[in-house]
Amino acid sequence: MTAAAMTRPTQASPWATAGRVFEHRARQYRRLYRASLFGSFGIPALFLTAMGFGLGTYVDRTPDTVLAGVSYVQFLAPGLLAASLMQTASFEATYPILGGLQWNRIFHAMAATPLEGRDVALGNIAWITLRLTLVGTIFAAVIVAFGATRSWLIVFAVPVAVLTGLAFATPIMAFTATQRTPDKFAQIFRFGLTPLFLFSGTFFPIESLPTFLQPVAWLSPLWHGVAVVRALMLGTIGDQPLLAAVHILVLLAITFGGALLAIRTIRERLKRG
Amino acid sequence: MSEQRVAGTAPLIQARGLTKRFGTFTAVDAVDFDVQPGEAFGFLGPNGAGKTSTMRMIGCTSPISDGTLLVLGMDPRTEGAKIRGRLGVVPQQDTLDNELTVRENLIIYGRYFGFSRPECARRADELLEFVQLTDRGKDLVEPLSGGMKRRLTIARSLINEPDLMLLDEPTTGLDPQARHLVWDRLYRLKQRGVTLVLTTHYMDEAEQLCDRLVVMDKAKIVAEGSPRQLIERYSTREVAEFRFPAGVQETLDGQFEGLGSRIEKLPDRVLAYADDGEAVVIAARERGLHPETVLVRRSTLEDVFLRLTGRSLIE
Repeated sequence: MTAAAMTRPTQASPWATAGRVFEHRARQYRRLYRASLFGSFGIPALFLTAMGFGLGTYVDRTPDTVLAGVSYVQFLAPGLLAASLMQTASFEATYPILGGLQWNRIFHAMAATPLEGRDVALGNIAWITLRLTLVGTIFAAVIVAFGATRSWLIVFAVPVAVLTGLAFATPIMAFTATQRTPDKFAQIFRFGLTPLFLFSGTFFPIESLPTFLQPVAWLSPLWHGVAVVRALMLGTIGDQPLLAAVHILVLLAITFGGALLAIRTIRERLKRG
Repeated sequence: MSEQRVAGTAPLIQARGLTKRFGTFTAVDAVDFDVQPGEAFGFLGPNGAGKTSTMRMIGCTSPISDGTLLVLGMDPRTEGAKIRGRLGVVPQQDTLDNELTVRENLIIYGRYFGFSRPECARRADELLEFVQLTDRGKDLVEPLSGGMKRRLTIARSLINEPDLMLLDEPTTGLDPQARHLVWDRLYRLKQRGVTLVLTTHYMDEAEQLCDRLVVMDKAKIVAEGSPRQLIERYSTREVAEFRFPAGVQETLDGQFEGLGSRIEKLPDRVLAYADDGEAVVIAARERGLHPETVLVRRSTLEDVFLRLTGRSLIE
């Protein structure tokens, strides 16, 4: 320890302080990225092969007015992209967050330094955004390799899918900060995400559902996400641009609302110790 | 609370009527204390006395409920981040990142304070040397022993060259050898003039490390002074401890009266406080008491605590 000559950094901006939390998460990831990236290629390839081509062969044999000339794999790919980011986001907003608050308690270590609850929340959201972008980009590359997109607009489909994931990540993170055990996470996945995964237009158009059930889709952030991602990848985004804008606004509203809530619950949790 | 005061310097911590409430439960009840620069100040008390809550308020992680608190001359309510930037905190529970190496844990912690990466790396190496963990730098944290993790946490808390160190139960759960290693490092810091504030429920730890301490019990401060002052004020120079065969102690009601200046009956033994312990032992024999074992020892902070609260520190 050298004497007083040290340079003590002055007060940093909220961006900088949240960035330090982000840096920590990135440093953790350096140990895992090989296995993690490999999985990111494997899962989409498996799904597209099994569902898109395996199941798709049968679907494509039946003339159908809803799919209107789109092959099943092209219909399915956007749904899988958005749904897969929903799942990645939900995982990232549960176990690693509870870990930092409850198990290794690294978020408490952060709160003892100039960082605070807001930095922990925003730094983690920033990290999840990067994670989703990586996973989403790889997924999109696999889709392109499978010839399952009709439009170069898939480039914009990735950020929309990332936003879809964030609309799950931020409210779930807010909930995670109120928990001391992971007991309720399984329920979120089982009773929350699985139905959404199945009934948000991922595998079949919601028009195939009974009419009274269709409005329920509006409550699913995944449905909003799938609708825009699919419109971009099928090149039909120009048909209903206003509707697409509404979908995006819904996702943005949920994401921001969730982020504000997450800042609050994480802050409270860190105060309680 | 004056003898340690250096002329012209303000206290590093000043608490007046400091209170912490959780709902209807009062964890810290209107306590007053000052911590002067360069001193090692302790909170001694049993579990649940309010020590950790006090520390977390000083550490600006838990908001105060009432009273006033100044840390490094600043108000935690408005300048928490600024204060925390100058503190070194060793929490009761380890908060190390098991997924990172020992050295990475130090570097990333330095980054929280906004130091550059090369600066963090330089300090990390220096601190690993200080806590004798240089050869474990590249290992993951997980396989380290409890004592090593504690030393790493202490090294981590020093990464910002703090003006004030807060140590919450720094050696709880460690074996005796590991405790002595930690004490040795803390003692070196003290010699360098680092101000230490620590909580403990070990009276030997308080006696070893603290220049001055407050005894806390049930959310309140019940006494304040140096270990020696407290012993002089609340206890006698020596204590004679009598142990009797099972069942015998209960039959001896009244027979200890007048032995020494004070008698304390514990479930397993009787303590007689006197300046001359041997004389009490002889007097007891003359009264026909036949204890199984007799021990004459010097008074400790444990005796002070017993006197003040009627209970032992570790129950």
